[in-house]
Amino acid sequence: MTTPTTLEHDHHAEAERYDKTIFGFWIYLMTDCIVFATFFAAYAVLHNNTFGGPSSRDLFSLPFALSETLILLTSSFTCGLAMLAAHRKEKAKVMALFGVTFLLGLSFLGLELTEFSHLVHEGNSWQRSAFLSSFFSLVGCHGLHITCGLFWMFVMMAHVSIRGLTASTLRRLTCLSLFWHFLDVIWVLIFTIVYLMGVK
Amino acid sequence: MKNTSHTINKQHEDHGTSKSLIIGFAYSIVLTLAAYFLVVEKVISGWVLDATIVTLCLAQITVQLLFFLHLKNESRPRWKLLIFLFMLGVVVILIAGSLWIMHNLDYRMMTDMSSMKNLQTQ
Amino acid sequence: MNDIFGRLTIDAFKHDPIENGAGIGIAITGFIILGLLFYYRGWKYLWNEWLTSLDPKRIGMMYLFMATLMLFKGLVDASMMRAQQALAVGDSMGYLAPPHFQQIFSAHGTTMIFFVGMGMVFGLLNLIVPLQIGARDVAFPFLNSLSFWLFLVGAFLLNISLVVGKFSATGWLAYPPLSGNEYHPGVGVDYWIWSVQISGIGSLLSGINFLVTILKMRCPGMTLMKMPLFTWAALNSMVLVLFAFPILTATVLMLTLDRTLGMHFFTADYGGNPMMYINLIWAWGHPEVYILILPAFGIYSEVVATFSHKRLFGYTSMVWALASITFLSFIVWLHHFFTMGAGANVNAFFGIMTMLIAVPTGVKVFNWLFTMFRGRIYFARPMLWFLGFILVFTSGGMTGVLMSVPSADFQTHNSLFLIAHFHSMVIGGVLFGLFAGLSYWFPKFIGFKLNERLGRYAFWCWIVGFFVAFMPLYALGLMGATRRLNHYEAATGWHPLFMLAALGVVFIICGGLLQVLQIIIGVRQRRQNRILGDPWNGRTLEWSTPSPPPFYNFAIIPEVHERDPFWEAKHRHLPEKKQTYHDIHMPKNTPMGMYIAAFALVFSFAIIWYIHWLTIVGLIGIIACAIIRLSDDDIDYYVPAAEVERIENQIATRIKHA
Repeated sequence: MTTPTTLEHDHHAEAERYDKTIFGFWIYLMTDCIVFATFFAAYAVLHNNTFGGPSSRDLFSLPFALSETLILLTSSFTCGLAMLAAHRKEKAKVMALFGVTFLLGLSFLGLELTEFSHLVHEGNSWQRSAFLSSFFSLVGCHGLHITCGLFWMFVMMAHVSIRGLTASTLRRLTCLSLFWHFLDVIWVLIFTIVYLMGVK
Repeated sequence: MKNTSHTINKQHEDHGTSKSLIIGFAYSIVLTLAAYFLVVEKVISGWVLDATIVTLCLAQITVQLLFFLHLKNESRPRWKLLIFLFMLGVVVILIAGSLWIMHNLDYRMMTDMSSMKNLQTQ
Repeated sequence: MNDIFGRLTIDAFKHDPIENGAGIGIAITGFIILGLLFYYRGWKYLWNEWLTSLDPKRIGMMYLFMATLMLFKGLVDASMMRAQQALAVGDSMGYLAPPHFQQIFSAHGTTMIFFVGMGMVFGLLNLIVPLQIGARDVAFPFLNSLSFWLFLVGAFLLNISLVVGKFSATGWLAYPPLSGNEYHPGVGVDYWIWSVQISGIGSLLSGINFLVTILKMRCPGMTLMKMPLFTWAALNSMVLVLFAFPILTATVLMLTLDRTLGMHFFTADYGGNPMMYINLIWAWGHPEVYILILPAFGIYSEVVATFSHKRLFGYTSMVWALASITFLSFIVWLHHFFTMGAGANVNAFFGIMTMLIAVPTGVKVFNWLFTMFRGRIYFARPMLWFLGFILVFTSGGMTGVLMSVPSADFQTHNSLFLIAHFHSMVIGGVLFGLFAGLSYWFPKFIGFKLNERLGRYAFWCWIVGFFVAFMPLYALGLMGATRRLNHYEAATGWHPLFMLAALGVVFIICGGLLQVLQIIIGVRQRRQNRILGDPWNGRTLEWSTPSPPPFYNFAIIPEVHERDPFWEAKHRHLPEKKQTYHDIHMPKNTPMGMYIAAFALVFSFAIIWYIHWLTIVGLIGIIACAIIRLSDDDIDYYVPAAEVERIENQIATRIKHA
């Protein structure tokens, strides 16, 4: 049997590493879904426990939630485009598209923090009732994930600009994009169950 | 060395095309707006509305799984799909189970006295 | 000045004599270990060969070492409780004040489940799984190291609470509202929270690691249905870890939010629902106990087949039994709170599901017995532990089926009957399985067998001790004794049984001490007891390696054709193929996993004591280390084929001269 050259070795090793890493990250995302499911379960059980305070009907603005939804959806789209560019090794496009994704994500976060601070200033913080506790933690948990995603995106953009689209950066960008797409899937659930069903 | 080219091809097939991304994006917008307007314009109500927006939500999630996350492109053995389905199973059990149990406890705690007025006459 | 240290004051260091004694005990243990290190001048060796190692065999040994230390701590806790309950009758209040007694039973449970059980499981998985599937390492070696260090930080937090502050007094599961801020505002519950959370994250990462390893890194020819049963059990256990631990993470997080941010998930007012905590925590808690027992079942499958010199009976049904147990374990959790007030429909459903889960377990027990039937049985120590398991686990399991009837459970819930039941499961099932696995596989990794006679004496002490300690508890439970009692009236008539139970613990401690002696004497007599690769006439791939295996496990990745591939290879007398060695890809050692965990310790300690600036330092440290690790390109290397050949030749020479 001929000994494979180091280059073939590296190629083969890299392909296996990519496969394992993406699979492992996918599994992590599945466990993250269970964390969200637990918060959803708590929300489902506690959302009527307003303790005499305001309910979802009183507090949520659907147009506001819709703009958040469309912004995050668009950022998921631009992230997908960025990954296509990454696999074609088009570094400038990658930087531009991830930059757009970053800005959209930041706007989403800004809108969400505005909504939160508005609620808090009116006296409807997470300490007011079990309903508000479960709302702030479910939506806040998602927002925290978005924040981590934005931070990760920033670090990745720095890596890409300094080192280019190497096998490592490509692998990690793929993980990041999986993460970002999943956050949009979770948001669709939040939009439906918390906002749409909360206000109807 | 068949393995090498096989695994590299696997990498490429997972990526999808810009066409699938655009289709997915378009479907997602349509499904989002549809659910939004159904609620805002109060076209239907009650459990029909609930069922409809949940269906729209699940449809959008499926769209995003297929077009953004390329779940159908996975080659055999479909581990990612299998683990995803298992996760769904656990989520359904956890949420349905919790709702059933907690509702049952709540009912038996009889904290809502408004429906129990008639008991006093017995 | 006060703000710099949050709520940490000098009072945190003031304890009663017994707590001081415990602190001194920990300090002495620490000094002994440090002393040995200095005596043997082992710092560099320890750093290079163990602390920074990414070799799963090393990481596995470290897990087992920590788990053993924690086992002794747990046994000390148990002895203190037994002593208290044997003394505190009528006028005597015993020697433990109630708050202290509460901390002890909380620490006992937390230690045993999270740090002994999970520690031993992950320890064995690390040692055995890569070898059994013909792999050189796990899928993510760095994450493996990180998982271990996070586990250690969790254990450290639990133990440091003895010295700085106090531990939780709310049981091993910390039910609210008792564990909420209103009734337990101190640091105790927070110590419990962060100990569990941090080690929980370690467990989750290991779950991902081993799942990917088993699914993606099996050697050529090893299809799923050719894997050894231990690996199958590990696979199922990891599936449970992945889908159950996130529930724990989220639920404990909700409790943390209640305590630190004034939320109302589980408070008694403001709309909170404490019963939701119990519901969620047991949705995790039940799969957790299966996470612990499934690897033990896997060990028994290996041990029984090897020591009956016979193929395992009913391989396919064993695999299906594991899968059914895994699935069913997600739909039985309410049996932990039948008495919480659910109606007959709910209770009946979960009761029936609980009875169902006994069926695949029974299938496994019968298959083990059928394996033994007409085999050539050799009663080495692993088989003794298996026989102990059969006695203890089946009897305890039957009491479980008894309690799965909700109306019967109303009598036994939270009584000592329940305690006796689950200790039968954990000791007879999990712990005996781990002891069987250790006595079976230890020689592979240390290169020599331990003292056989002391091992047998230890077994007899454990099994006699177990029966003497726990059979009285069944009776006591039916007589009305509840769990976690630190005092009772003489008129109950319970005193003699409590004294008997205390005697049982003495036997168990003797068993534990004999096991330590077994190791010490084994090390001293190692030259006489050296073994080669295959001391037990094994069947699976790990026995095809030398003892201990080289750091790369296999110089040539094996190719497999059947189940029990090593047995097949030995008995088919296949012609020796000319071996060509290739370069082997290995990860480099790194202290980063340790550093990240150290910052996690700083972070959690600071959160517990409200030291805000230190929390931020911890968080930044974690993120900075992660970024440094991710930016590091120099993380692996190749062992040249010539070097591999040299090592293999050295091993061959050693075997020839043995």
